[in-house]
Amino acid sequence: MTALSALIRRDVRIALRVGGGALIGVLFFLTVVVLMPFAVGPDLALLSRLGPAILWLGALLASLLTLDRLFMADHEDGSLDLITMSRTPLELACAAKALAHWLAAGLPLIVATPVLGLLLNLDMVATGAVALTLLAGTPALTFTGMIGAALAVTLHRGGLLMAVLVLPLSIPVLIFGVAASQAVIVGPMSFGAPFSILCALSLVSLVIGPFAAAASLRHGLD
Amino acid sequence: MTLIDLANPSRFLALTARVLPWLAGATVILLALGLYQSALAPDDYQQGATVKIMFIHVPNAWLSMFVWGVMSVASLGTLVWRHPLADVAAKAAAPIGAAFTFLALLTGSLWGRPMWGTYWEWDARLTSVLILFLMYLGLMALWRAVEDPSRAARAAAVLTLVGAINLPIIKFSVDWWNTLHQPASVMRMGGSTLDKSFLIPLLVMAVAFTLLFVTLHLAAMRNEILRRRVRSLQMMQASRMAFSSEVGAGSREENASKEFGAA
Repeated sequence: MTALSALIRRDVRIALRVGGGALIGVLFFLTVVVLMPFAVGPDLALLSRLGPAILWLGALLASLLTLDRLFMADHEDGSLDLITMSRTPLELACAAKALAHWLAAGLPLIVATPVLGLLLNLDMVATGAVALTLLAGTPALTFTGMIGAALAVTLHRGGLLMAVLVLPLSIPVLIFGVAASQAVIVGPMSFGAPFSILCALSLVSLVIGPFAAAASLRHGLD
Repeated sequence: MTLIDLANPSRFLALTARVLPWLAGATVILLALGLYQSALAPDDYQQGATVKIMFIHVPNAWLSMFVWGVMSVASLGTLVWRHPLADVAAKAAAPIGAAFTFLALLTGSLWGRPMWGTYWEWDARLTSVLILFLMYLGLMALWRAVEDPSRAARAAAVLTLVGAINLPIIKFSVDWWNTLHQPASVMRMGGSTLDKSFLIPLLVMAVAFTLLFVTLHLAAMRNEILRRRVRSLQMMQASRMAFSSEVGAGSREENASKEFGAA
């Protein structure tokens, strides 16, 4: 347990310091959202209708952008080999790394959501709903994205290949995240059903992600 | 003859060389029979002659999912049993599955034009097949991204299994998304059960297409085995040439120094 908490603390610290690049994700998120009005026009009514979708897409792309750092830096300096060989099960170590990544790169996105909601003309309730769905949904993005990151590091191919592999897997999260936010803002639907499915998706990916990532690291790194 | 006996590629090649002509013959006969029967099938009272697209479309759609199932079993073979031919099977199946999925999309789109008045509709079923197609393409990109086949095999196996778990989830969520955005207006399949005059040609075509897949898959596996043999022979030749040129350069230097010494 102490090994895992040490791993989490180390990863968060590395991500937040110079060269870590966790906060670049937030900057990217901000830039994508600012770009949207240039594409669809400065119509505030339209922007507030598209708001949840824009925020969700931005968060999805931002979390994808930071994901290939999850194993790459550790692979380059050799600490990934130490983690693989250590007595802690690799699945747990992968889960700890993904959790640390989410703390450093996922949480700031959610913190930034209210500011961006202001730019998109979302009211308090809508912004709160989007932030809540992001809080429930981004762990799923990180934990399924981790599979792609593990594949990328064993193949020494990052970037676009990983995006192509991971994006189709994140479709359910996107669907239910936007559905739950829209349910609060406009819809006749209840908020509870899509939101619970979103939480379920996060929990499922919490189980599948570490196992798949550990399997691909174990088979690929030798 | 168990599965483990096929671990020897030479034995696999010998067996498939005997089986393949029979399979190909059975495929041709069944396809001809199925096409004949579907040509004879009556026109639908609503859809007219376009209903005959169904006899091509439905088997393609069924195989698009079946092939992913075959690849998942092969991936288990790669990761769990380390069967030497499992990754060959997985690799050979991916482009065939992608082709079936593409044909399902294409025929569906051609069918949709006269029926729905549009080539593309964000219908739940269409959308999930499109995502399946994207995942096939991603898997093929993964196979092509790495030179060493055994390394690519294990990565592709993990991705195939993750896809096998995720595809039902994606299907379910797309269904949800679709009912949220638009009521079921496009097509009501469930209401009418198929008449026997349609069902029999459809089943024949489904069996024929499955046989077609098996034939193509075995042939592609043979090609892949031969391709790997060629690759390893080329590597051996390249390393031998590099080695001999190294040795040659070394002896030439020796000679030069000898001459130099003599001078």
